[in-house]
Amino acid sequence: MLLELNCVSRSFGGLHALSDVTITLPQGEILGLLGPNGAGKTTLFNVINGVCPPSAGTVRFRGQDVTGKPPYALSHMGLARTHQIVRPLNELTVRENVMVGACFGHEQRRLGEAATIAEQTLAFVGLEARTNQLAGSLNVAEKKRLELARALAARPLLLLLDEVLAGLNPVEIGAMVEIVRQIRDQGVTIFMIEHVMHAIMNVSDRIVVLEYGRLIAEGTPAQVANDPKVIEAYLGRSPHTAQAG
Amino acid sequence: MKVVTAVQRAISTVSRVEIARWISPGLWLTLLAVAGFGAWPLVIGQASLRETLFTALLAIALASSLNIILGFTGYVSFGHVVFFGLGGYVGMLVLSKGAPLWVAMPLGGLAAGLLAYGLGAAILRLRGAYFTLATIGVNEAMRAFVNNFAPFGGATGISLKFTVYNDYGGAANALWLVYGLLLAVTLAAILLSYTVKTSKFGLGLMAIREDEDAAEVMGVVTPRAKTWAYVLSAIIPGIVGVIFFFKNGNIEPADAFRLQISIESIVMVMLGGQGTVIGAVLGAAGYQQLRSFLLTNPLVKDLQLAIAGGLLLLIVLFIPTGVVGLIRRKLPVLRKLLV
Repeated sequence: MLLELNCVSRSFGGLHALSDVTITLPQGEILGLLGPNGAGKTTLFNVINGVCPPSAGTVRFRGQDVTGKPPYALSHMGLARTHQIVRPLNELTVRENVMVGACFGHEQRRLGEAATIAEQTLAFVGLEARTNQLAGSLNVAEKKRLELARALAARPLLLLLDEVLAGLNPVEIGAMVEIVRQIRDQGVTIFMIEHVMHAIMNVSDRIVVLEYGRLIAEGTPAQVANDPKVIEAYLGRSPHTAQAG
Repeated sequence: MKVVTAVQRAISTVSRVEIARWISPGLWLTLLAVAGFGAWPLVIGQASLRETLFTALLAIALASSLNIILGFTGYVSFGHVVFFGLGGYVGMLVLSKGAPLWVAMPLGGLAAGLLAYGLGAAILRLRGAYFTLATIGVNEAMRAFVNNFAPFGGATGISLKFTVYNDYGGAANALWLVYGLLLAVTLAAILLSYTVKTSKFGLGLMAIREDEDAAEVMGVVTPRAKTWAYVLSAIIPGIVGVIFFFKNGNIEPADAFRLQISIESIVMVMLGGQGTVIGAVLGAAGYQQLRSFLLTNPLVKDLQLAIAGGLLLLIVLFIPTGVVGLIRRKLPVLRKLLV
């Protein structure tokens, strides 16, 4: 298993953002993470990459216990992520942004090698025309691509994608889904949070669903889509089941 | 065969970047200008010009080194003078015991670097205004400590015997020697600033400046990077402190830990353009020019600090990236030149 979460919980004061979450992710899979707003999806990513350590439970990455390790340690081990709210390094150029990923992430490249990797990666995500611009001058769709390029330039083993499709138009979504597939084909395991249903149903091998910090469903996209608990979480209880219950 | 060509290509890319880094007209023009202006009094042998440029070089060295932590890493430190003062004290202590200047200078730099290393572990965890407040506290604490520290002479400080200068060809000769040394250290400070900025280490620092949490997620070992940035920025003022107080002949707490020097260093870096090598140099030179005008002008001679404060306010409000930053933004053509 590349990633194993064992009974992970995280609370903020009295709020239980995550309770007893157990997930395993084998190498080479695309795992989708669904859940209504506030279900704890981003918190789960923060727990995995060390931004906020779990209150209880363990996280294992590549067979090692990484619970409580700082984010940079996980990055060095081959974990990379994008942020739901993009975090470009505004005053640096697009190329420099991506070089940071290549220099300090999984492969710890030298500056010269990182420049080459940055150019390749920017071409891959379709940002090559913006290479010398300041990252702050990009539009939202471009910043999303930049986030992705930065994460990819580290050549990670596991990529956490936090809503890379949010805010994109249908054409951009199509292009991004294609990029995600290509990343998987290069052997990178992907764990992705997404609200754009048809996209995540299409691209995921398996899906897990969170609600109020608990795992309520797990399975293939078809299984999850027909799971009554998932339907209830998203649409509310139907009058029939309410009467029956 | 394939592997060999791949390796060859990799090496050639690396060295291309490495070579390109050192073919920087902006860097060499700056070094040449500072060296040229700096060497002029040595050439014509004019002592009054030497004294004017001594203060200017001192300012450039302090601003360039402060820029490493302030401009590249984004941590506003009001404690830069602490390293200047401590370096000066350590240097004066060993000088007064008979050690030569070439031993005292590296010792001053070393002491400042060690202090930065220890301090860094404690206060670089703080962010933004909290870090800044802590650095002011450090300055006050250091002054109070030295005031009561017997080996440093307490409140009276340390004075050198006039005979010390005999080893350097007499006092008049020592002044020229000290000036030459300061010029060399200033050039080294500019070179250090450029080397840090264009290195992988520097890229990590700038990532921290832009978004420390994002940098950490991307793998920058932020505690280590920040500590080393702080240490590197402390070494130059440590060495400069030895030179300054050796020239001065005596050192006392009120002179060594003047908060005013820290504030003025910040104004210089912000004026020229934080985060650019040239900005720190131009800002220091420009501010010194302004300062000497204000000090000699009878109308405003007591208002020099008030004007510096007002200037800082105006910069932060209207040109937060400084003069060089402004030019870089307006004229992208010059971006390559204005390193």
